[in-house]
Amino acid sequence: MQPTTHAFPENARKALSDERLQKVLAIAPAGFVNRRKQAADRLPEFEALRDQGRDLKNHVLANLDTYLEAFEGKVTEQGGHVHWCRTDQEARDAILGICRKVGAKTVTKGKSMISEEIGINDHLEANGLTPIETDLGEYIIQLRREPPSHIIAPAFHLSKADVEGTFRQAHTDLPADRVLDEPKVLIAEARQVLRRKFQQADVGITGANIMVAETGSTVIVTNEGNGDLTQILPRVHVVIATIDKVVPTLEDAALVLRLLARSATGQEASAYTTFSTGPRRPGDLDGPEEFHVVLLDNGRSALLGTEFQDVLRCIRCGACMNHCPVYGAVGGHAYGWVYPGPIGSVMQPALLGVKEAGHLPNASTFCGRCEAVCPMRIPLPKMMRHWREKEFEQNLQPAAMSRGLALWGWFARRPALYHAATKMAARALGMLGRGKGRFARLPLAQGWTRHRDMPAPEGRTFQQMWAEKKAAEKKGTR
Amino acid sequence: MADTGSARAQILGGIRKALNSAEGSEEARQRLATHPRNLIPARAQRPHDEQVELFAAMATEVSATVELLGGMAEVPGAVADYLAGLNLPAEVRVAPDAALDAIPWDQRPTLTVTKGRARDSDGASLTGAFAGVAETGTLMLLSGAERPTTLNFLPDTHVVVLRRGQIVGTMEDAWDRLRAAGGEDGANGALPRTVNFITGPSRTGDIEMRIELGAHGPRRLHILLVED
Repeated sequence: MQPTTHAFPENARKALSDERLQKVLAIAPAGFVNRRKQAADRLPEFEALRDQGRDLKNHVLANLDTYLEAFEGKVTEQGGHVHWCRTDQEARDAILGICRKVGAKTVTKGKSMISEEIGINDHLEANGLTPIETDLGEYIIQLRREPPSHIIAPAFHLSKADVEGTFRQAHTDLPADRVLDEPKVLIAEARQVLRRKFQQADVGITGANIMVAETGSTVIVTNEGNGDLTQILPRVHVVIATIDKVVPTLEDAALVLRLLARSATGQEASAYTTFSTGPRRPGDLDGPEEFHVVLLDNGRSALLGTEFQDVLRCIRCGACMNHCPVYGAVGGHAYGWVYPGPIGSVMQPALLGVKEAGHLPNASTFCGRCEAVCPMRIPLPKMMRHWREKEFEQNLQPAAMSRGLALWGWFARRPALYHAATKMAARALGMLGRGKGRFARLPLAQGWTRHRDMPAPEGRTFQQMWAEKKAAEKKGTR
Repeated sequence: MADTGSARAQILGGIRKALNSAEGSEEARQRLATHPRNLIPARAQRPHDEQVELFAAMATEVSATVELLGGMAEVPGAVADYLAGLNLPAEVRVAPDAALDAIPWDQRPTLTVTKGRARDSDGASLTGAFAGVAETGTLMLLSGAERPTTLNFLPDTHVVVLRRGQIVGTMEDAWDRLRAAGGEDGANGALPRTVNFITGPSRTGDIEMRIELGAHGPRRLHILLVED
């Protein structure tokens, strides 16, 4: 997927004037927010579990080499294979290699953000294979050739009428006069169509929400059951996962699971949580004959020991975007690549570079809701600030902004001059704006006044008021 | 094909350099060996009778149905009546599981019972379970030569026989039981190929966030809770 993250301002403008999208965004995120709150309120230990989740992931990251080696050892012991891949290209090659070796034609897929990150579908298609997404939302957007707009609800931006149109166009072997007006009917049709695909598939690819070092298991958490049909029906099961998904033990997996479903969909538990360990055993009547784990780094290990290390705690629940006013205003596609919302604003600069994705950390109100709901307590706003610093260091902002900041910096380093200048400006603006209390237009501040009024200062600066308040308090305590 | 040998060395080397760790950590190896528990919510830490009640309530909340039976002898009648009540064919595909051998199927000759992995044409399946987790109303099923996983996902209707004594409080309790059982069929304590935790029937919210049952897996999950 070619990123359009550099075009975020235009993408966002388009999204804001897209009435259909705005209608969806007015309702959908609130549903997630309410369900998450109800689930969190119902479990008195939820906040304490979040602390433990954070500590667990910090422990894992501090011992990542040991846990990855242990995981690999167990997978191999069970007859599975681990393919270490540094880059997206290596991961694509590894998966294609596995498919070629077994002469695969059809590949079914469970939902996986990493598979979006490495663009595996395009790669398989370009090499003559047919990849088929089986998660309902992913299937719909694959037919529409669109990227996902949300990490757990990929077709979040579509209405049932959109889905109906897509199915009529794609399922031409079904009667044209069939009724498709309800989600229930649409789901039944997708189920019927995809059942045939499941039976045809030679290879099934799933992601992994968790990898367990103790047992060499990979874990998927789903509601539809497609991820399970994807891995038990074909001859070969390929898991694609990044190195940050490993946890030490089955007990630690249980901790992550208690946080994941509640934070994502507000469920106590997702319908299906499946631990997969190696290929089928002697005597088993079903299950894959081969089990491969494509273990991808793609820039994660480079974040260790940096100010961005904490982002590797992410369990991809989507709570940050559900609670984000910016995501709520522009939706997922505006972010221009795989990860939208606050987690995208931190991950995309790391994976694509500040030059491509520098707009994202700037598109934040710093309201802090993302950090307040993150099950792993990732300090997302702080990291967005770090990316802004990097952008400044690399001189990537518009020239006017750099000059303005440099000018401000010059004043800020000279407190006496700074106070005098701001005092004067505040008094002047206060007098000028006394009539209305606000400015509809102001020289040098069109960027602000184009979208909203600038309130007029009330004659004194914040620092003046602060000093006065402190002085008054001192008097009061005496 | 990627040169995974050097990719491996480079990834692990990069991690060790960033972490300043030369030969891995003893603390981590200790954790793997002792698998300590994390915080366990109080919800399911109660007497067994109450855990059974909690299991049934939580399972019902996620649209599973729970039927209490006095013994395995009642299973054939319960299955036949359940299918008839939904106007479904009197046919069931049963796991060839020794734990289900006590079910006297011949008591209901009108019910067609076949055994094996699920086929495309199977409308209903019946399996056992390894455990029931009270905290969330979740069933834990293990794959094995006698327990094909396809039965849990392909048919529209999945009937599960769960003995009362199999209900535990939490997922951690269930793991402990599995460890004690030596991983069931798995050699030297390894997990079976597939461990399924199933909480209610299949569902999706992918179209306009409305939850609908029966996306890809079973539309119905019926739990026969049998006295020991």
